[in-house]
Amino acid sequence: MKDSGRFGIFGGRYVPETLIQALDELEGAYLAARVDEAFQHAYNEVLLNYVGRPTLLYRAERLSAKLGGATILLKREDLNHTGAHKINNALGQALLAKRMGKKRLVAETGAGQHGVAAATAAALFGMECVVYMGEQDMGRQALNVFRIRMLGAEVVPVCSGSATLKDAANEAIRAWVTNCRDTFYLLGSAVGPHPYPTLVRDLQSVIGKEARAQSLQLLGRLPDILIACVGGGSNAIGLFHPFLADETVRMIGVEPAGKGLETQEHAATLTMGTPGILHGTLSYLLQDEYGQISPVHSVSAGLDYPGVGPEHSYLKSIGRAEYATITDEEALAAFALLTRTEGIIPALESAHAVAHAVKIAPQYDSETVILVNLSGRGDKDVQAVAKLREVAAG
Amino acid sequence: MNKLENRMNELKRAGKKALIAFLTAGDPNLAVSAKLLNVLAENGADVIELGVPFSDPLADGPVLQASAVRALAAGITLDDVFLLAVRFCEKFATPLVLLAYYNTIYRRGVEQFCREAAEAGFSAIVVPDLPYEEAGRLDLATASTGLINIRFLAPTTRESRMERICKSSAGFIYCVTVTGVTGQRSSLDPGMQTLLAKARKYTDLPLALGFGISTPEQAATAAAAADAVIVGSALVAQIENVKDPAEKCVVAGTFISSLKRAIEGGTQEFA
Repeated sequence: MKDSGRFGIFGGRYVPETLIQALDELEGAYLAARVDEAFQHAYNEVLLNYVGRPTLLYRAERLSAKLGGATILLKREDLNHTGAHKINNALGQALLAKRMGKKRLVAETGAGQHGVAAATAAALFGMECVVYMGEQDMGRQALNVFRIRMLGAEVVPVCSGSATLKDAANEAIRAWVTNCRDTFYLLGSAVGPHPYPTLVRDLQSVIGKEARAQSLQLLGRLPDILIACVGGGSNAIGLFHPFLADETVRMIGVEPAGKGLETQEHAATLTMGTPGILHGTLSYLLQDEYGQISPVHSVSAGLDYPGVGPEHSYLKSIGRAEYATITDEEALAAFALLTRTEGIIPALESAHAVAHAVKIAPQYDSETVILVNLSGRGDKDVQAVAKLREVAAG
Repeated sequence: MNKLENRMNELKRAGKKALIAFLTAGDPNLAVSAKLLNVLAENGADVIELGVPFSDPLADGPVLQASAVRALAAGITLDDVFLLAVRFCEKFATPLVLLAYYNTIYRRGVEQFCREAAEAGFSAIVVPDLPYEEAGRLDLATASTGLINIRFLAPTTRESRMERICKSSAGFIYCVTVTGVTGQRSSLDPGMQTLLAKARKYTDLPLALGFGISTPEQAATAAAAADAVIVGSALVAQIENVKDPAEKCVVAGTFISSLKRAIEGGTQEFA
């Protein structure tokens, strides 16, 4: 391996022997593609003319005024084709798969945004695609299940364990082990065995590169604080990474506190977890004293994951990034607030990042600039939110 | 010398193939699990592989996943697995191999895990999600406690890696017959012959075939080609729906002895 795949002690490759060859091939293909002008050109072309990048950096004036503190900017990843940052990664990996001569994609999905992105990439490049999705998530993200199927991909329900994202990833990895010679595993977040955390981060870094340049253009300076939600952590690492050398920029990843950190029903991995191995990588985990992975909860399916990308564990360990938490209730309030004040319906995942901005903005004056990554749009969540309101209303 | 190495050498000298039987510790509960281990030893298992149930066993197919779920539902912990081994070793000389996913080991502390496993009577550890390149810390810990860290070869393993893996191995080498997860198959992959032939160039250690060996016929074919046969899912599938513990033991015993007979007979048929 040319790259150790380590972020401090975190990362690595903890997978069955059968997959080592496939990971070596992927790493080799990626290292070659990274310096290949034709590949970079094809990727940039598809981002520009298909995804619709660059996405806007939007000054949320009404929200900022309402909170009466810091100036809030929104990086509008929700405006991407298919409605979330996931497409940046899916198209990059699918192009790599094509370059490697693989015709079949497998993917896991939680909220369904990555499933939609993978199915979209498969449709665009004429590939076969199988998406593994937890049964519980299929219920709460029914719209995305329809979208994935309409795009021509197969959705395989996963009933094992908690029937959510973690279990979908287990099943996708098992399917990959079985068909690793002709199948490409299109992993949706910056997690998993090396080289995935690096590969996904690089593909999502377009978010941070654009945001950095746009800030300089819009404000003549860098923002003071970056905020992004963290499930696996791909939108956050994509935003943070290009700012790592900018020491004045604070970075805050927001984890789901679910029904409260004092309950067992949360998915705040970095805040409450301990290091361990899941899905091929060494990183923080929510686990019991024997190393059994804990059941987790978040109102947002995309954050409902007991692990986290290894680079976030590293950034936490060296103190470069901070990690805060937001409850289901706070996220739902932010979902409503952004919708009413700005006319932007955020994904429930992204609503966690918005909620943290809402929480801290009043501590600052308008000179302070907070840049929030609005990682996806909330159309997929409208039905689930409406149902929650009905329950709340009795 | 290690108890597992001794057993494998004895079998080799006698011109016999080894039957390695796998069960998840604590499935369906601790008491029945203890009885089943005795039955395996009494009916011809040369080595027993005992699995620590894990919540996310990504190398396992549906049968062993369900087995882990039952054991976890019965509240089985790593400490119970060690206790099972201690009790077993009081009565039997059959070498025990401990199968654990790496998070189980990492969480306990790699060095402490190995000390406790050795004290409980295990001879070796097999970790399905720990490839050779990541095994440095576990190798040191197993070496200093007299345990063996069993390595894997797969049909996808490159020959350059195969050489390194073989040369740093001990006990036996776990050769995965199929690209896939554990579980029964209707036929064995003919590619296993190629894998065994390549591995043989680099080692004289016993080569054990595992994953997907389901019937006495398949066991015979595998035994003819390799030095040892590992049967897990097929054994669990035989007993998972048998409710009565005594009946479970009878079924397990019958199945193990049929495998044993097939392996011994099969050696000649294919010679």
